[in-house]
Amino acid sequence: MIELGHFAAFLALAAALAQGLFGLTGQRRLAGLAAYAGFAVMTLSFLTLVVAFARSDFSVALVANNSHTLKPMLYKVAGAWGNHEGSMALWCLVTLGFGAAGALWMRTGRDLFEARALGIQGLLAVGALAYLLFASSPFLRLDPAPFQGAGLNPLLQDPALSFHPPMLYLGYVGYSFVFALAAAGMMEARVDSVWAKEARRWSLAAFIPLSLGIALGSYWAYYELGWGGWWFWDPVENASLMPWLIGAALLHSVVVTEKREGFGAWSALLAVLAFLFSIMGAFLVRSGILTSVHAFAVDPERGTLLLFGLLTYGGFALGLFALRAPKLAGGKPWVLLSREGALMANNIVLIVAALTVLLGTLFPLMAEAAGRTISVGEPYFNLTFTPMLALLLVILPVVQAWAWGKADLKAWSKWAIGGAALALVFLALGVGFWDISIGAALGLALGIWLVFGALWEVKRRAITPGRIFRLPPRVWGMTLAHMGLGLFVIGAVVETTGRYETTVALAEGGSGTVAGWTLTLDQVRAIEGPNWYADRAQLMATRGGAKAVLAPTKRYYPAAQMPTTETAIHKTGTGDLYAALGEQRIVDGEPRWVFRVYYNPLIDMVYFGVILMALGGAFSLWPRRKA
Amino acid sequence: MRARTRRLYTFGIAALLLLAAAVLAFFALRENANLFYTPEILAEKGQPEDGKVVKVGGWVEPGSLAYSEDGATMIFTVIDNSPHTIRVSYTGIAPDLFREGQGVVATGQFGPEGAFTARQILAKHDENYQPRELKPLDVAG
Repeated sequence: MIELGHFAAFLALAAALAQGLFGLTGQRRLAGLAAYAGFAVMTLSFLTLVVAFARSDFSVALVANNSHTLKPMLYKVAGAWGNHEGSMALWCLVTLGFGAAGALWMRTGRDLFEARALGIQGLLAVGALAYLLFASSPFLRLDPAPFQGAGLNPLLQDPALSFHPPMLYLGYVGYSFVFALAAAGMMEARVDSVWAKEARRWSLAAFIPLSLGIALGSYWAYYELGWGGWWFWDPVENASLMPWLIGAALLHSVVVTEKREGFGAWSALLAVLAFLFSIMGAFLVRSGILTSVHAFAVDPERGTLLLFGLLTYGGFALGLFALRAPKLAGGKPWVLLSREGALMANNIVLIVAALTVLLGTLFPLMAEAAGRTISVGEPYFNLTFTPMLALLLVILPVVQAWAWGKADLKAWSKWAIGGAALALVFLALGVGFWDISIGAALGLALGIWLVFGALWEVKRRAITPGRIFRLPPRVWGMTLAHMGLGLFVIGAVVETTGRYETTVALAEGGSGTVAGWTLTLDQVRAIEGPNWYADRAQLMATRGGAKAVLAPTKRYYPAAQMPTTETAIHKTGTGDLYAALGEQRIVDGEPRWVFRVYYNPLIDMVYFGVILMALGGAFSLWPRRKA
Repeated sequence: MRARTRRLYTFGIAALLLLAAAVLAFFALRENANLFYTPEILAEKGQPEDGKVVKVGGWVEPGSLAYSEDGATMIFTVIDNSPHTIRVSYTGIAPDLFREGQGVVATGQFGPEGAFTARQILAKHDENYQPRELKPLDVAG
């Protein structure tokens, strides 16, 4: 079976080569056919891998190393991409999938351009497939086959984590097609409105799953690690945040190219960078040069190959850019205070923000090369990344009303007074009543400001209330995304500054208090699951008349010889009461169980904000109704 | 506005922001990059200034683990290949793989008496994951 998959992957490599050759020689139809064929055979290849995992075929080395017969079916299947080789197979599949989707859905009416884009996508697939087949093959057999597999890392045995890698890869690899479009556009020195229309759609197609993938990963970290937080500025989180920031910049710049034929070179450059940052993310995570849960392929050779790929793609695209950028048209005239100027500011801030994240992520490596061991954590990012972004968000509601070419600045004083009043009200409330920090009060004001600004923009564009529902979908998309951003800011500020955490060690029948809740430990029972056994605590939580039962659990996976924390979360409507069970301690001869208990206010708003952003992206993809 | 003037402004603003970011990053890194201490390095370099967040790494000395009266705080000794030790206290759940004799990396602050108060503890993950900062402990013969 798996040999069929192996063979199919070679066929996919041949198809991708054909796609590259046909594409670059300008044969749109043949390149498209090759793209379909490549995607079809790679799907077959990937399916054989999934089937091997589903059937626990331990004669396949990858299955033996990463699966176990006692695992629930969902995790057997998800195990196919829960390891380095399998995830590279997924990467290849998605690369070819975007090629096929591009062949099917590109609508520029420019055959040579589309052929070249497919050709470049084909070559990107060749690179990925060669890496898969020759440096990290998932198709190898074991002889003799073991009776039992080594099991999946139990931390990854989780529903959110099953879908996190495919989502993230749809995002990362989605930018490969945006990269191909940019390279093809630069080859013919035509990065104009038609190009931008196409590039915008594919940028959205990558941005939506990337956002959701990051959110899934963050949600997993929130409830599985038992640390109470949702973002730890871990290198791998940063690796996914950087392409997201560049992708967000691209979405805004490409609009200028579409509507005003401006920023052409800039948009092409961002399109290239978005993909390069995606590969860099893969390189940082997979090479093992950074310490992380994701570093499951600590293999210098693979890291070197990925770095080689990054340099090849980067050298090619940036060289092409240097050659062609001066030839790209400049677009319609504009002054600094205009929608173009505002979007340019957006781009500069997002890129500088991405660079500060890059610096914070790579600094420990640079220091290590200089012989010092240090690490960079949350305080660094709070001091650099956060103010940068806050600056951008403050001006957002004001400048999104600005016109193309030259803004009408009549209303600026009203905005300034309104904004200052809002900030002052929250400062007074925050310091006077809520007893929160100045930063938290201003952060809250900023979130409200964004939500209000998004709604105001709808009102401004609709002019009369009756026309609100006749606004084009992309206006709704923008509104939802900006509102989501505002809600995210509110959630993030409240959760980060208002989080309450404590540790209690309880004997059975004992109780303690956390954030107004009284927690009583009823009992701790031993239970068993399909491939684990566990201690499960039963905590009664009461506050006033409110009652809840929390059952935090500590699982132990014998196959991997590893315990995991299953947190218990009670949603109070305004936040999460969150408990994690620790180890048993003998204190003064009496056994006690230790609990880490958190109250995380408004945590759901963080995720709801991101989902709204993704939904906004989906609306923006929706084609405009024909009048 | 002429394209050249506009470009000048654009680059000016971008350069200004980049400069601001660089300055911010410089100070943030100087203040917040956590230095790493093993018992040996601590003995060599002396204690960092009060309140500075640093990392401490080494092995949990077998038999050193004790708890506070309310049971919420764990106290243990970190050792390395040198004769020096660091006393670490941590209020919270021990990481899943925390064991006496295992590698551990703690983030926190030194107190006046040289005792280290950790606010986060990471333990050795599995055979494939070793805190990068730790060199293997010599097995005493």
